[in-house]
Amino acid sequence: MKNLEGRIGTIILWLLLLTAPYWMPLFGGYTGLGTRVLVLALAAMSVNFLLGFTGVLSFGHAAFFGLGAYGAGMTIKYIYASTMLGLAIGVLVGILGAMIIGAMIVRLRGVYFAMVTIAFGQVFYFVAFRWSSLTGGDDGLTGWKRVPLDLGVTQIDILHNDIAFYYLVLVCVAVCSAAMALLLRSPFGRTLLAIRENERRARFLGIPVDKHIWMSFVCSAAFCSVAGALYAYLDNFVDPRAFRWEQSGDFVIMAVLGGMRSFWGPLIGAAVFVVLQDKISSVTDYWMSILGLLFVLAVVFFPRGVLGVVKRKQGL
Amino acid sequence: MTQVILFNVLNGLIVGAFYALMALGLSLILNLSGVINFAHGGFLALGAYLAYSLAPYLGFWGGLALAPFLTAALGLIIERVLIRRLYGRDPLYSLLLTFGLAFIFQDALRFLWGAQSVPYQIPGWLASPLSASLFFLTGYRVFMVVIVALAVTALFLILGYTRLGIRIRAGTLDLDTVSVLGVNVRVLRNLNFGLGIYLAGLAGVLAAGMLGLSPTIGDTLIMPSFVAIIVGGLGSLPGTLAGGLLIGIASGLTAVFLPAGTEAVIYVMMALVLMVRPHGLFGDAGRLR
Repeated sequence: MKNLEGRIGTIILWLLLLTAPYWMPLFGGYTGLGTRVLVLALAAMSVNFLLGFTGVLSFGHAAFFGLGAYGAGMTIKYIYASTMLGLAIGVLVGILGAMIIGAMIVRLRGVYFAMVTIAFGQVFYFVAFRWSSLTGGDDGLTGWKRVPLDLGVTQIDILHNDIAFYYLVLVCVAVCSAAMALLLRSPFGRTLLAIRENERRARFLGIPVDKHIWMSFVCSAAFCSVAGALYAYLDNFVDPRAFRWEQSGDFVIMAVLGGMRSFWGPLIGAAVFVVLQDKISSVTDYWMSILGLLFVLAVVFFPRGVLGVVKRKQGL
Repeated sequence: MTQVILFNVLNGLIVGAFYALMALGLSLILNLSGVINFAHGGFLALGAYLAYSLAPYLGFWGGLALAPFLTAALGLIIERVLIRRLYGRDPLYSLLLTFGLAFIFQDALRFLWGAQSVPYQIPGWLASPLSASLFFLTGYRVFMVVIVALAVTALFLILGYTRLGIRIRAGTLDLDTVSVLGVNVRVLRNLNFGLGIYLAGLAGVLAAGMLGLSPTIGDTLIMPSFVAIIVGGLGSLPGTLAGGLLIGIASGLTAVFLPAGTEAVIYVMMALVLMVRPHGLFGDAGRLR
């Protein structure tokens, strides 16, 4: 029963996502907002791959988000104007960063792991901020644009057609979430769950726990840098704030807000977050405190998140 | 050249003393309660603004004396009402709670005192340089170091010789046993949190005199404090103090040779320490898990 319900839920979710550019305007949304939800949802899902399914809290995923974003933007600006090449290089840079940082922190756990990831994120912030001849510094990386996709037979104009860009992002999200789901179903993913449930027992069974956490960290960072590259394409712009710890915190909040034990929870969390931010910031200057208050209330009263509450109501 | 290096080392030491003050507060709370207090920067800024508002009535000294206590009082209330609820749960939740609090703090400060930065008056005799050859060494910088030194000494005396301090240290090692021995752990954690916030408030007042006031004053200072804790070692307060001073001097020295790298160098240092000793220079390896 549970499986069937889950499947129906997933199908409904995808139907909604596939048709979003057509129904969102009816509710006062716009395509760019939908794209933003998707991009941040992918980042939140990548954080949740680590948090919800490996049991490790990274509060520094903005590092990989930013590396993906700068990697993609700088490829287009300095090397070769191709959307796909930018994406690929952004992801490679993100993976490389995660491999190095991961190796240094994999022996830490819990709250200390979180603290060190926060601090490492800041390195990239300062590099992006200070190296202004290359990155544009505080003003951000400008003077480049995403490029229409050339498929040989036909061209897809993702630059001027927002809806086409939305679908490109949706395809990326679909590919990444399929990859995440497959990983989680594989023996590797099951091992991660075992580590989450009881690290000591997993260790006694002979599982190389540190190595698995490192691999999970790198996978998660790879997905996060895909999101980062898409984020850069969304506005044709990146600035150093993509690296800041507030950004990392936003991803974690989205994951928790939606429900971190569920696969699609972060997507719902991201939708709630982005739409609220959009609405509140158009009404008042003090939207940050309202969001902050929301976090505080959510953490104190609904630690299981939206999907968690729904599931408990149904007695699942 | 020697003078330039000397200048930057001294400057780094002053900044480092400041990081250490903030990091000690964070470390106290982290060690006993396992909470990373993101709102520490917010408390720091609040301390600064309270001193600013009190100064017309009580003068500089009154502000310096009273503002940290008021900040600590708010800390006690916030711990009692919000943070206490999350102690039994995954550390993730308290982290997110203080993250949300940091947002609220920033907006509240902007709302109450405005977004523009304002100067903070310090007594004239503190603002002037001490001597012509050491022109950079204003009295205020020396004064800051003296206050930090006094505060740190007082903190270690409290931890070493008072009943409260001994209980805090014991609780850091094994809270369950302390609780079984009849100590009210709730009150202990509450007071400990207040003590940490007091240090944040004090750091805020001192920072205001050097940097001026803005709602985001705590933001730039909280990350180096995290690094100070990591470098110095988890669970060790003397380590935190040493970590703060070390990264201060390191960034001071880097300012001589590679000015663009003054911020990044502390993270490089952190990476080096983590590679050699994951639990930090003076840390307790058992706290890693």
